Amino acid sequence: MKYVINRVGFLLISLWAAATINFFLPRMMPGNPVDALIARFQGRISGSALHAIELQFGVTHRPLWFQYLVYLSHILHGNFGVSLTYYPASVMTVIGNSLPWTLGLAGLSTIISVALGLALGIYSAWHRKRRAVNLLPTLSTFTAAIPYFWLAMIFVYFLGYLLGWFPTDHAYTSSLTPGIHGPFILSVLHHGILPACTIVISSLGGWLMNMRNNMVQVLGEDYILFAQAKGVPDRDLMLRYAARNAILPSATSFAMSIGFVVGGTLLTEIVFSYPGVGYQLFTAIENSDYPLMQGLFLMIAVSVLLANFIVEMLYGRLDPRVRRSGVGS
Amino acid sequence: MITSVVRSASPARRGRTSALGQFFSEPKARIGFAIFVFFVLIAVLAPLITPYNPQSTLFIPLQAPDARHWLGTTGNGQDVLAQFVYGARTSLTVGILAGITATAIAVVMGMLPAYRGGTFDLVVSTFTNIILVVPGLPLLLVIGAYIHQTGSLVIAIVIGMTGWAWQARVLRSQTLSLVSRDYVVAARLAGAPDRHIIVHEILPNMLSLVVAGLMYSCLYGILAEASLEFLGLGNINATSWGTMLYWATQGAALLNGAWWWFVPPGLSIALVGMGFSLMNFAVDSLANPRLRENS
Repeated sequence: MKYVINRVGFLLISLWAAATINFFLPRMMPGNPVDALIARFQGRISGSALHAIELQFGVTHRPLWFQYLVYLSHILHGNFGVSLTYYPASVMTVIGNSLPWTLGLAGLSTIISVALGLALGIYSAWHRKRRAVNLLPTLSTFTAAIPYFWLAMIFVYFLGYLLGWFPTDHAYTSSLTPGIHGPFILSVLHHGILPACTIVISSLGGWLMNMRNNMVQVLGEDYILFAQAKGVPDRDLMLRYAARNAILPSATSFAMSIGFVVGGTLLTEIVFSYPGVGYQLFTAIENSDYPLMQGLFLMIAVSVLLANFIVEMLYGRLDPRVRRSGVGS
Repeated sequence: MITSVVRSASPARRGRTSALGQFFSEPKARIGFAIFVFFVLIAVLAPLITPYNPQSTLFIPLQAPDARHWLGTTGNGQDVLAQFVYGARTSLTVGILAGITATAIAVVMGMLPAYRGGTFDLVVSTFTNIILVVPGLPLLLVIGAYIHQTGSLVIAIVIGMTGWAWQARVLRSQTLSLVSRDYVVAARLAGAPDRHIIVHEILPNMLSLVVAGLMYSCLYGILAEASLEFLGLGNINATSWGTMLYWATQGAALLNGAWWWFVPPGLSIALVGMGFSLMNFAVDSLANPRLRENS
């Protein structure tokens, strides 16, 4: 129970911190970027919307603490202001339209990548004395260092343009009406394969190496040697004795990894013009649409923090030692 | 007097001379180091490798590789090889600088609180954990969007500031396990000042962790710099591997089939990154013999 309270507390603090970073960043920047933005949009959007932006980004004579409190209360009410790019649509609407695509793409790819990475990690640790198998970790240092966006470009060029096997942009054929029907779902899958492969290949190496290292550590423990001497079959030894214990430490590195994967997903979306939060974030940045950018950043941060929270809760269930001592903090 | 007593007690003082030798006895370290040196040589010897100026737009655009232009030309009529070798300078410098920045912050933010303990430790390590879970790249993009077109030095520092937390966490837990070791306690009893203990007793014994972290931070730095430049958030007029990819996208290199324009920079980023992580593993397995191959 103490563990749960501890983790919920950390979740709340980190949510608050993300919101606060979001608030102070534009105010800390040299040369006030928002002034230029407001000058640019003068006359193009309604006076009240402009005023709201002035308040949101601190171009006002109200004291800072007052702006901060207004900002926090807006966030709690799900009010992120109006998008300038998609004016008069609210930031929340744009987020609502793009978040499901990213969650679907990043979620599915992460699950595939984690499962494959852990399996290959277990395999390469078990057979670590075979030369051929030892190429696997070395190869994965290469795949892990490939920039996501570059791999995406390679796929678009070779498998998209040259061979024409896969569509090169968007999440579905634009002539189809979105809904739960065969052609649409097939189109979504067809469009999703290349972005998903990009994410899986680029993130796989990290999981693999992590799992391999943990597994090699565990395989050196005395109880493994004892079990081997006792005559436990290899398969059981590998999966039930070693892997089960080696998986646990992987959960702690999840925090760092999920941040990387989300960052990579954003870049992948940009290359594929995939209509998720990454592509929207890029659009917002290109158009200096600061309200949309702020809203998207916060939403991305919240998603990552929640994902982390869920994993830590699961981790606490899996490993009773953690519940007693607390992980990380 | 104090230092000489303590010096003999610290395990790091023993056998340091062989550390480099051990490092290079790992095949992974040799490969990683060779890759790294190869690209550093390319960067340093840039003017000897190509006679062309990377910015000059004298040539016929979008030529495929041939004897005059080994890597062809860009859509703006620049020599790709010239851009590539001069770009290596920017990419490596910014990446390594970012890695050093991140490691320096991590050493301070990881070791000090663990050594001091108490409320200070609680506050700083909570802060570190928060920075760790706030996704770095989106943050980097947002900062990049606000500061708009800045110099490479600023980019390196900003990247370093978003990428130190995981390393600080690793160093913190190692420091925690070291502060209660006998030789540290001995140094403290002998009256050595805190600064001396941290710098001369604890730090040398986690040098392998710091170096491994530095390798990893440099990998992060190079990838982050490429990502920022690719999105046009860095300095688009500088020549780097990231800006090459930015201009390749802007110039529709994919549609024009100009693979020679975008394949070399991305491939090199991955290779340099691989070099760094191979060296990282080699350092890791120095500290942890079980990870060694054929063990």
